[in-house]
Amino acid sequence: MTVTAEAATYDCRQDFADELIRLAEADERIVAVCNDSVGSSNLVGFRERFPDRLINVGIAEQDLVGVGAGLANGGKIPFVSAAAPFLTGRALEQIKADAAYSNTHVILCGQSPGMAYGELGPTHHSIEDLSWMRAVANLPVVVPADPEQTRAAVRWAVENRGPSFIRIPRFKVPAVTPPGAPFGPGLSNTLTDGDDVTVIAIGTLVSRALAAAEQLRAEGIGVRVINMPFVDPLDAGTVLAAARETRGIVTAEEATVSGGLGAAVASLVSAEHPVRMRILGVPGVFAPTGSAGFLLEHFGLTADGIAAAVRELLGHGLHG
Amino acid sequence: MLVADPPLAAEFQDLRARLADADVQEKATELRKISLAVRRSVVEMIATAKLGHIGGDFSVTDIMVTCFAGVLNLDPTRPLWEDRDRFVLSKGHCAASLYSTLAYCGFFPRSELATFMAPLSALNGHPNRVKVPGVETNSGPLGHGFPVATGAALAAKLDGKSWRTVVVLGDGEMQEGSNWEAAMTASHYELANLTAIVDRNRLQQGARTEDTKALEPLGDKWRSFGWELREVDGHDHVALLQALEPSTTGKPVAIVANTIKGKGVSFMEDRVEWHHKVPSPEQVRLALEELA
Repeated sequence: MTVTAEAATYDCRQDFADELIRLAEADERIVAVCNDSVGSSNLVGFRERFPDRLINVGIAEQDLVGVGAGLANGGKIPFVSAAAPFLTGRALEQIKADAAYSNTHVILCGQSPGMAYGELGPTHHSIEDLSWMRAVANLPVVVPADPEQTRAAVRWAVENRGPSFIRIPRFKVPAVTPPGAPFGPGLSNTLTDGDDVTVIAIGTLVSRALAAAEQLRAEGIGVRVINMPFVDPLDAGTVLAAARETRGIVTAEEATVSGGLGAAVASLVSAEHPVRMRILGVPGVFAPTGSAGFLLEHFGLTADGIAAAVRELLGHGLHG
Repeated sequence: MLVADPPLAAEFQDLRARLADADVQEKATELRKISLAVRRSVVEMIATAKLGHIGGDFSVTDIMVTCFAGVLNLDPTRPLWEDRDRFVLSKGHCAASLYSTLAYCGFFPRSELATFMAPLSALNGHPNRVKVPGVETNSGPLGHGFPVATGAALAAKLDGKSWRTVVVLGDGEMQEGSNWEAAMTASHYELANLTAIVDRNRLQQGARTEDTKALEPLGDKWRSFGWELREVDGHDHVALLQALEPSTTGKPVAIVANTIKGKGVSFMEDRVEWHHKVPSPEQVRLALEELA
């Protein structure tokens, strides 16, 4: 699949909201719970359609998640939606105890994740969420890469009868999911074939990984690009096949390098089939001021940055 | 998941049926007997486990027994029955009291109580709804149960269902901000089907609440958050039964239940060290004597 700079891009919050409304039409158990985030969660349409089923607890994230767990206890299917940094940071203990450990059917929707809030700064960046959510047992961690996966994640979360965490992308992304691609825990999409190096990417980084693969193909380097929307549980079979069949793995995520996708892949391959890896993400620092696009460039989370990591793994040197 | 003890559950349902027609004094007489049995069970569990929170277990016992045996609509053989009333113990460290009450009602066999905190027991130091029938949410960290109870009450209201939700909070726990977030949510959504009971024993882990971070005027705080306030003696089963009557104002109901930590055993009463002290064999003997 070729992704060019001209490809149409999408704010997946609209797909999240549209799919949620579609499902809520058919299933009256579905409610949305937010923390004064009706607009930023794109829930205005949901509120218009189902005014009683949009619960706004105000600016109170601990209450937000607890109320969500209680609604689930009372037979509802709550989509608990808030800006990802506040949902996962402020309410981490509620996510652990009330949702995951209590095994309630709470769907945690982290809006505007990663560095989507750009210039608002590190307080508003959600780059730790994948590490924190992965550390919690009984909590699938889902990072959709495009509109189709966002819709699939919403549908899956309703069917899944337990807690889950979904990152809802805000940063505009092109469509990357082939028609009929499978979606679920332990499943991934292999988007390009290649036997030299594997790039496993999530979210905003998937289209960039595809662009990197294009660049490298021109140099005669075959890159296997895998979109791995379930950071937990991983598609272990596909990761280990890549470890066996290619010469190394690059992971790419809009998150800290401590504990997210890269760490998950590394802990799997180091136990089962060690290979050289490069983990691309935010390298353990608070981001400087800049737009989301600027910050992705700043941290090398670009097609060029991914391509450079592939070349380095192959011993071609940093600049090819 | 543990399963119900059918004969005990049947006995419990018979008791509930009998009490349904009884006057309040008669009910209270039965509830007092159950409270004594629960306190004895708590002593035995903690003595065996050599772990537990006996002071708070005793301050909350009469509240818990009144709720389960005197008020709430529950079926121990169908713990997840969708129209059950919900009881949420937010002060999850008082699990021994909850487990004893649940076992008394037949939610699981009383023999399980001997496994309290033993390796691989379902009866952890803090309650786990995945393993213990009758537990609605996994509490332990403070400030969690109230928002969950608020969500449950909201679900019932959205569906126009008549089941109610009761949450029991420790008084020290009211220092957690999340509780006041929930207090605002419940009054905003006019959850008259929600009752919050504060076990006001005036002691927290290390000292008196008023010396740690003062809660008073606690009743005024509830009123100002939009709740109907009822203040009672938390060891008076008659007063508790009356306080647990439905809201008369359309507002959620807060019951400040004035209690004594360690209630029922003279040498434990109102003494901060009995927050989680484990009685010696001699103290166990004396305690059981006083609770006979």
